Amino acid sequence: MNRIEQRFADLKSQGKKGLVVYIGAGDPDLESTRQLALAFDNAGADVLELGIPFSDPLADGLVNQLAAQRGLDSGTTPGGVLETVKSIRKESEIPIVFFVYYNLLHRYGLKRFIQESADAGADGILILDLPPEESEDYSQLMQNAGLCPVFLIAPTTPDARIQSIVEHGKGFIYYVSREGVTGMQSSISSTISEMTGTIRQRTQLPIAIGFGISNPEQARQVAEYGDAIIVGSAVVNKIAEEGKSDTLVSHVSEFVGSLSNAIKKF
Amino acid sequence: MTKALGGAKIYLKREDLLHTGAHKINNSMGQILLAKRMGKTRIIAETGAGQHGVATATVAAMFGMECVIYMGEVDCDRQALNVFRMRMLGAEVRPVKAGQRTLKEAVNEAMRDWVTNVRNTHYILGTAYGAHPYPVMVRNFQRIIGDEAREQILQKESRLPDLLVACVGGGSNSIGLFYPFLQDKDVKMLGVEAGGEGILPEKHAARFQGGSLGVLQGTRSYILQDEHGQIQLTHSVSAGLDYAAVGPEHAWLKDHDRVEYGYATDEKALEAFMKLARLEGIIPALESSHALAAVIERAPQMSADKMIIANLSGRGDKDVQQVADRLNMNA
Repeated sequence: MNRIEQRFADLKSQGKKGLVVYIGAGDPDLESTRQLALAFDNAGADVLELGIPFSDPLADGLVNQLAAQRGLDSGTTPGGVLETVKSIRKESEIPIVFFVYYNLLHRYGLKRFIQESADAGADGILILDLPPEESEDYSQLMQNAGLCPVFLIAPTTPDARIQSIVEHGKGFIYYVSREGVTGMQSSISSTISEMTGTIRQRTQLPIAIGFGISNPEQARQVAEYGDAIIVGSAVVNKIAEEGKSDTLVSHVSEFVGSLSNAIKKF
Repeated sequence: MTKALGGAKIYLKREDLLHTGAHKINNSMGQILLAKRMGKTRIIAETGAGQHGVATATVAAMFGMECVIYMGEVDCDRQALNVFRMRMLGAEVRPVKAGQRTLKEAVNEAMRDWVTNVRNTHYILGTAYGAHPYPVMVRNFQRIIGDEAREQILQKESRLPDLLVACVGGGSNSIGLFYPFLQDKDVKMLGVEAGGEGILPEKHAARFQGGSLGVLQGTRSYILQDEHGQIQLTHSVSAGLDYAAVGPEHAWLKDHDRVEYGYATDEKALEAFMKLARLEGIIPALESSHALAAVIERAPQMSADKMIIANLSGRGDKDVQQVADRLNMNA
């Protein structure tokens, strides 16, 4: 059982919901990423999703696009992110999932990246633009390395495809709560309940719900329908506001703490 | 032109005479019929030079569908005429401000719109690129170019041509011309990419010269990327060829040595643009001018009993302002 599976098993036995936090690696720089990861662990985050910056993040809304740009501007490379995970692992056991576009792995060498991810102490990978139909090699390599391949399910995903996705996925299923790209929303989608019900019928994997959750109140509402919630853009937006200020780590982890409190109380 | 160049006999496939001024309408018409059949009510598209945007705005107007066109801000400036045409046709043109503000970013933005509005929206992708089935679908809608050329040349000359030449941006006009001739072993083919200011990083869009295998926007093909897999900046005088990736079927044809791929620089394309205007009274699109530049180079090396068909994929009205500026013809 790797760290992701262990964490979800622990949450389940405690009857608690999980909090998955996304940030763009290297925003504003990799040392900040390391410090944020450690602070999030203390603030109650259960899984850290690390975006590896890509020049063309076409599944991302503006907030995460700008974060990727800042990551690239600070010189962040896939190799640099692996090094950062290694240094986080010296002090923390927080499960880590890479959130990445396929070309970066293709260029690095798929096998090499997966092996080095496992060696560095990462636990899973979510490739935004790799459909499960094309993922045979990837799934096999991930299994050999003991990593969880995480896949997305959208409100528009048909039943038959849900079946194939839950068969390929490990660790958790990432349910995208509304059609579109990453980003904050003022209201939560009305289709969450029905779709998570459909997914639940087909798999025992934990369901984490993301895309659009921007504050503790929404976090609490959405958490009812899944095993965990994922908050990305709202956290990334706080990082953007803080930039390289001295309060970056304390302010952003305070926000993460408020999300954690909101979902763990019930 | 044949006489002036002194070599192979040159035929032009006149896609510039199509309604809206380029081959793009072949694909837009096919896809909007599919959209109608699927019950979609809203159309989106990306455009570089604006020709695909104009073609899509045109069919959307004809079928009474809402239409949004994504176009890089830089391209909106250099192809302003087409922005006006799209707006007159009732489309909303959304300038894209991300990255280098050209075709690649317009595709990214169209894909973001599509995943957000997929229930009522069809994305009319304009080139033989993107996730399956787009490369196949667009090629099939564009193969009319080659089917017609084949039939017409057989009628006129009673034999097949020796060489086909077309420009390659995403690759739709070229795959359309080439595809029906692929089994004709004696017909050679030349695809011409944008050499920009020369084959140096970020100065061109010749994927087969400076590119390598990668995955972008749902397709595995040759792309211009750096050592880490980040997509590189591109440059071409022609907005329609200014793109970091090339259609996957072209990659396959290159790897199987069925089609030769070369490039023409901005300078050579501009020379060809003027040459066709002066010799034939036809103002070609800057994209097509890249193919003509290759014809100008190749024809004199071939004997008079050889034949070339070059695809004149679009007309150059949209480029008149830009060329006048570059060649100081404003006085």
